[in-house]
Amino acid sequence: METESNTGAISVIEFLDAVKNSGKTKRWQLDPFTTPESIFRALLYGSAFCMVLLLAGILLTLIIESFPAIKAFGLKFLFSKTWDPVTEEFGALPFLIGTLITSFLALAISIPFSLSLSLYLGEYAAEDFLSSLLRSAVELLAGVPSVIYGFWGLFILVPVVRFIEIKLGVTPYGVGMLTSSLILAIMIIPYSASLGREVIRLVPIELKEAAYSLGATRFEVIRRVILPYVVSGITAGNILALGRAIGETMAVTMVIGNSNFIPRSIFAPANTMASVIANEFTEATGTLYLSSLVEIGLLLFVVTMVINILGKQIIKKMSVQV
Amino acid sequence: MDRFRFRLYKDRLFKTAVILFSFSSVLPLLLILFYIFKNGVAVINWQFLTSLPRPMGEIGGGISNAIVGTGMLLAVSCLLAIPLGVSAGIYLAEHKTGRLSYLVRLCVEILQGIPSIVIGIIAYVWIVLPLRTFSAVSGGIALAIMMLPVIVRSAEETLKLIPDSLKEAALALGVPYYKTILKVVLPAGLSGVVTGIILSIARVAGETAPLLFTAFGNPFMNFNLLKPVNSMPLLVFNYAASPYPEWHTLAWGTSLVLGVFVLLLNMFAKVLTKKWKVQF
Repeated sequence: METESNTGAISVIEFLDAVKNSGKTKRWQLDPFTTPESIFRALLYGSAFCMVLLLAGILLTLIIESFPAIKAFGLKFLFSKTWDPVTEEFGALPFLIGTLITSFLALAISIPFSLSLSLYLGEYAAEDFLSSLLRSAVELLAGVPSVIYGFWGLFILVPVVRFIEIKLGVTPYGVGMLTSSLILAIMIIPYSASLGREVIRLVPIELKEAAYSLGATRFEVIRRVILPYVVSGITAGNILALGRAIGETMAVTMVIGNSNFIPRSIFAPANTMASVIANEFTEATGTLYLSSLVEIGLLLFVVTMVINILGKQIIKKMSVQV
Repeated sequence: MDRFRFRLYKDRLFKTAVILFSFSSVLPLLLILFYIFKNGVAVINWQFLTSLPRPMGEIGGGISNAIVGTGMLLAVSCLLAIPLGVSAGIYLAEHKTGRLSYLVRLCVEILQGIPSIVIGIIAYVWIVLPLRTFSAVSGGIALAIMMLPVIVRSAEETLKLIPDSLKEAALALGVPYYKTILKVVLPAGLSGVVTGIILSIARVAGETAPLLFTAFGNPFMNFNLLKPVNSMPLLVFNYAASPYPEWHTLAWGTSLVLGVFVLLLNMFAKVLTKKWKVQF
């Protein structure tokens, strides 16, 4: 009994201390392993620190594992278009191009839809039943597992694209970059739409009312007042959506057709950075092959990290401004 | 006069376009649900859920091994990610400023954005290579890494909302700090924490990419954590790519089970945030 109340007393003092000089608290004033108090604090501290360790570990592992490939190919890895496991020559250019084209095409396809969705949900019909139904549907769309998108795409979308290709007179693969971009576009619409809706709702009502009182139509208010106000938020949403499109694996792997050459048209089969890893990682024999695939993973990691930080930075700046 | 009409006309045209585009963007959801139900419902029966896949060519068979495997993977990942994630979330909520908190927040943000396939590579290098076998544990660890950021952030966001007065009252009564956190602060914000956990489970339950070279897949029933296991998303992926129509039917059925499971989890989390709010 005596000891327990003691522990309590010490901890309150320590807590007040911590409040007084928060930020530079001496957490290890007590012997770390004698009281449940300090053990608990150490656990919290440790698990927070684990996040840092985890990220550092992931980055280090990727760098170490891809070191043989980095040493063997250097910068040529990014510019060489040969990917040949037999002669052990690896260049990632086809996959970089595949990723760039599919993700930007997906973004371009998705923008009219996501912008309309955010305008409709944020401005036209902010609170009625239909819009809440629409919002739930969009949220559900974000929750569908990507393997189901891929499966559906393979059996429903691929025949449709093949039909279009036959009509257009190009080689009817069905699978290929266009199909992947369509699937990706469907998958990323919810992300940019939900952020777009948030920022459109933040536009001050005074600005809109001022424009209306001058006789502006709703379209003019949207074009001259709302869009200029939210342009950075919309951009951020699209940047984050692009990050998702670049990292997306399963749906793309199932419909892109897996070809390790630089694609000749958007209808042609190709491979993205993520899909080549998914396809070849388990069959990679030999250190150089494996570490080349890991290096692609490292590139993927760095690119998505930069894109995410960029997007989040824009959002943070916005929220300060608003 | 004409100019005025033109402006109104443009306004109406724009509104129509917005509505048209908005509603057509949920068309894929309806189509996906329609096809999954159309092709999946006929397959699902008691035998489908409780028996093993048959060899190719034979009709029938089920996905019991994949259901058990998904359960095992989720159990391992929850066991690892929930304690670690919640306590890191508590740390961040308790230390709003400070260099470590800033660093941890940044790391969690970056972790959340890592493509799932890269996490698969990591789990392969960390677990599969040393153990020299694909295993349920390695898959569970990969999924745990994906769950962590979601849990940490939701725990932090909710626990930040708990008023200081509540904590001060407990401390003033002489309650030790750890009991204050565990018995006062955490229960007060439990709904948000639980919602975060459910959302993170929903996020990883349908993940395939990190499992491709960790859990790997297994046509047989397996309860051993150190052996490869099947999971529902893996099964959909493997069967969809196969040339056998019987396997495609199984994949449709599995998609239905998986899709309904994930959507239910998402909806459950949504209802939870609405009905069981943190309010002070």
